[in-house]
Amino acid sequence: MIEQLTAILRDYKSDDALQISEATTFEELELDSLDIVQLIMNIEEETGVTVEMDKAITDIGTLVKVMEESKK
Amino acid sequence: MIKIIGTGRKLPMRSVLNSELAEMVDTGDEWITSRTGIKNRYVCTEENLTDLAEGAARAALENALISAQEIEMIICATIAGDFSFPSLACCVAERLGIKCPAFDINAACSGFIYGLEIAEAFISKYTNILIIGADMMSRLIDWNDRATCVLFGDGAGACVVTRGDALKYIQSNAAPDTGMLYAKSRSGNSPFSNEKPDAGFAVMQGQDVYKFAVMSVAEEINLALAELNLSAANIDHFVLHQANSRIVDGVRSRLKQPPEKFPTNIAEYANTTAATIPILLDEMIEENRIKSGDTVMMVGFGAGMTTGTCVMVWQ
Repeated sequence: MIEQLTAILRDYKSDDALQISEATTFEELELDSLDIVQLIMNIEEETGVTVEMDKAITDIGTLVKVMEESKK
Repeated sequence: MIKIIGTGRKLPMRSVLNSELAEMVDTGDEWITSRTGIKNRYVCTEENLTDLAEGAARAALENALISAQEIEMIICATIAGDFSFPSLACCVAERLGIKCPAFDINAACSGFIYGLEIAEAFISKYTNILIIGADMMSRLIDWNDRATCVLFGDGAGACVVTRGDALKYIQSNAAPDTGMLYAKSRSGNSPFSNEKPDAGFAVMQGQDVYKFAVMSVAEEINLALAELNLSAANIDHFVLHQANSRIVDGVRSRLKQPPEKFPTNIAEYANTTAATIPILLDEMIEENRIKSGDTVMMVGFGAGMTTGTCVMVWQ
């Protein structure tokens, strides 16, 4: 999952060297609220997983958890 | 079939820069600009919405080279006119001194495109139809709410349509969701009502609106292109509702088209609701950016959640 998110984020940020972990926050990635929606839309398209928009999603770890829940 | 023969716009005198809002609520120019593309907006002080709508209408008539007496129908797209009744369209008809069918429609920010579709349906009976998009969001936003008060401005845009074969495609639509973006009607004083009083300010779920806008606008554009057997490359100008420059960018990147095909003026006017498309169209025509033979796609989207899509080959 992290590998897939890394690829999507690298594409979104146009940064091939971007590294993330579950502890990485969106703030550290300099993503604002609309970036997060756009990112979620890209994730949904790439993975086919529907991610419920939630203000509590502020870091990669929570995003992964929400995606895993959505898959069930 | 219809064609547009004249456009016009009218903005209030008073402009408000982001820096002025930063003195009123906890926000800043950089924050607003980076998230919305907005730097300025115009708000009514002495003017009311009828003044703006009339001004835009008179400019459109002048550019169409016809007199007010030649107008046979007035359609006003607005969220809220100066009165609950009579309609803003009747207020404009009174100012213009003409007698004809005149009515308002409310399809929020898609209203102007809805107006075009209604005009298309009526054009066999009425030769010249005046369509106005006019809104005064300064009445409907909570000026203490930094999330919404920075987004909107007041304004009006208008066009005159007549019979012609410029219009190639038009489709209004609504995917009902009334909780994403709304302003409740103000409460009255009925002694029988159990309704909770409401100030009637605009409420918006910003992230949901962004997602709806980008997804549905791209989808409506693709539907139009498929119907016309065209590709995005065949469209010269995508005139999108000006709600947020990030939405325009989101749609553009999905269609993989260059920025110059997606004109914006949101930096100057902010979101003027039903007025954004006719205002932008008028500016483009005034600056000779739209030429005869150009294919123009206009797309509105807004509360409802409504969309309206139209393709014209300019004449």
